[in-house]
Amino acid sequence: MTPEPVLPIRPLADPESDREPALEIHDLTVAYHTQPVLWDIDLTLPEGQLIAIVGPNGAGKSTLLKAVLGLIKPVTGWVKICGASYRRRRSWVAYVPQRESVDWDFPTSALDVVLMGLYGNLGWFRRPKAAHREKALDCLDKVGIRDLADRQISQLSGGQQQRVFLARALAQDARIYFMDEPFAGVDVTTERAILALLQDLRATGRTVIAVHHDLQTVAEYFDHVVLLNMRLVASGPVQETFTDENLQRTYGGRLTVLTQATEDLLKARAQDPSLQHRGGRSPG
Amino acid sequence: MLELDFTTRNVLLGASLLGVVGGVMGCYAFLRRQSLLGDALAHAALPGVCLGFLLTSSKEPLPLFVGALAAGLAGALAILAIVRWSRLKEDTAIGMVLSVFFGVGIVLLTHIQKLPLGNQSGLDKFLFGQAATLMPRDLEVMSLLAAFVLGTVALFYKELKILCFDRDYGASLGFPMRWLEILLTLLLVTVVVVGLQTVGVILIVATLVMPAAAARQWTSRLGPMLFLAAVFGAASGAGGALLSARIAQLPTGPVIVLLASAVLVVSLLVAPGRGIVWSWLQHRSLVRRILRENLLRDLWKVGEASRDWSVRVPWAELQGMRGLSAREARRVGAWLYRDALVEPREEGLRLTSGGELAARALVRKHRLWELYLTRQLELAADHVHRDADAMEHTLSEEAVEILDEKLGRPRFDPHGQPIPRPETPLDELAGSTA
Repeated sequence: MTPEPVLPIRPLADPESDREPALEIHDLTVAYHTQPVLWDIDLTLPEGQLIAIVGPNGAGKSTLLKAVLGLIKPVTGWVKICGASYRRRRSWVAYVPQRESVDWDFPTSALDVVLMGLYGNLGWFRRPKAAHREKALDCLDKVGIRDLADRQISQLSGGQQQRVFLARALAQDARIYFMDEPFAGVDVTTERAILALLQDLRATGRTVIAVHHDLQTVAEYFDHVVLLNMRLVASGPVQETFTDENLQRTYGGRLTVLTQATEDLLKARAQDPSLQHRGGRSPG
Repeated sequence: MLELDFTTRNVLLGASLLGVVGGVMGCYAFLRRQSLLGDALAHAALPGVCLGFLLTSSKEPLPLFVGALAAGLAGALAILAIVRWSRLKEDTAIGMVLSVFFGVGIVLLTHIQKLPLGNQSGLDKFLFGQAATLMPRDLEVMSLLAAFVLGTVALFYKELKILCFDRDYGASLGFPMRWLEILLTLLLVTVVVVGLQTVGVILIVATLVMPAAAARQWTSRLGPMLFLAAVFGAASGAGGALLSARIAQLPTGPVIVLLASAVLVVSLLVAPGRGIVWSWLQHRSLVRRILRENLLRDLWKVGEASRDWSVRVPWAELQGMRGLSAREARRVGAWLYRDALVEPREEGLRLTSGGELAARALVRKHRLWELYLTRQLELAADHVHRDADAMEHTLSEEAVEILDEKLGRPRFDPHGQPIPRPETPLDELAGSTA
């Protein structure tokens, strides 16, 4: 059941800023109109890990990503990526927005969407050439849908659309990947393929910071977890941080159902050993 | 050969130019769901035209165009500002700007009519357009503006594409999306100015919306969509110009709009893949296939019961199985006969050998699927028939092969009936059915 390695992803060349944290957020407060969404966030995240951002609906998870990427102007606070501002580190960063955030009936092909990942490198006015097309095809290959390159994007399944978005981010050849719910609404095969891809990214020294909605897989898939509910509740390695107590503090009264679900999972896993092959790490 | 007089030539050129730029920019408005913004910008241009006239006291095209451009942009900025700083949503902001600017325009227009200048007549042509008044000087300005629009789109093609498809992602790549939005608005206003004299502010939105919506019906790529919309726009423009030149009293602008809407209606109806007629035909052919396949399977099951698949099945019995009318049954029977799957026999039908194989494949699909549902999804045997009825029409040969293998090449379905294989000879099949 172990997924095949999806890539050859190039190992990172080792720039000087290696000792810097992947992401450093200081005193970040974000508001929509007058409604505060994030309060006083202080957060430091290490490089080279798979990091989940977890929290209830409306906790500000997507907003946190958008504020880091400069898509929303914070009220206060600053963000550093590998020790410098986003503006200076832009070429080190790739963003995978939520799949529902775009209109999939847009008249374009899967390959075309992946090519957008190269627009930043191309800069103004220049159009993609054959070499760029080759690279985009390689990225589609890495997510296992090279044969769908010419497909109109509305003709793709939800899982395939998510793969297109991931391929587009791969094309950026970044060092830190910000993903907004990459596992949302995808089929089992895609989920496995995405997980393998994330693990390959980590194996080459890259960092993935992903908003994640499925508490049952946090401990399996990720090394580090950020628990968020407008304020930062906790951040740290999964074994120490992803505890019932912290979840209780993040989700409040809603947790009873979730504990139940987690217990169910553990029970199912005890009965069916094949479920343990997927992640490797057992929940704390 | 067409012989074009001076006026007709001017109108033809002006209307085609408008069609091309309107079609292209309409695509962007359409994809960003901002068609109504185009309408608001057009209405907002009217006070600018009036101010341009008042300030210069002349009907030279340039000051009027500049006025329209300035007022249109002011309208666009007003919409942006209202959405940004107030709690009103975009549709309300568009409605406000459209009506307020247009109202101011009408007030100015009425005021101008009463001035003792003598040369103000004809300004009201900007309301509904009056293409016959197009002069070579107007065309020069319009060509320049059109060249500006098309050149900018060509230059910023990929940037505008990412703005329309995924604004946040574009911003994360470092493109200044707000400036691109403003650029797009500027281009839309420019189209409005190009169309002022030909179509007028009230109907100009049609030259944006309709060719773009029609083009989308025919293609699923942005480049071809832009091209097609330009062609549709130019064709409606040229058609409108020629028609109104031929037939007296036919106003050019409205005719252009009507032609564009005709193109759109036809596209909505017949475009492959997205057209209404097309999906209706698809649906009808599916319904027909299901009727045919049901009749085939019914015939086969009668054969199975009597262990003789070449037996004649009377019409009455066939009708009874699915509650078909005599006419329906005979119609479906005729389709099967046309494909040599059945042959008529004394007030009934019998399967040909080809028909028997085809029917057997359907029965096989049906029974395999029933078995799959009971085994894999643990549904009770009496719950699976209806679902299998649907699946037998859609399962591909490949899927059947996979099912067969997964289920361990089973011989009997959950009801104990045999699952026939295509290669089994008929007499053996009759034996196993016993």
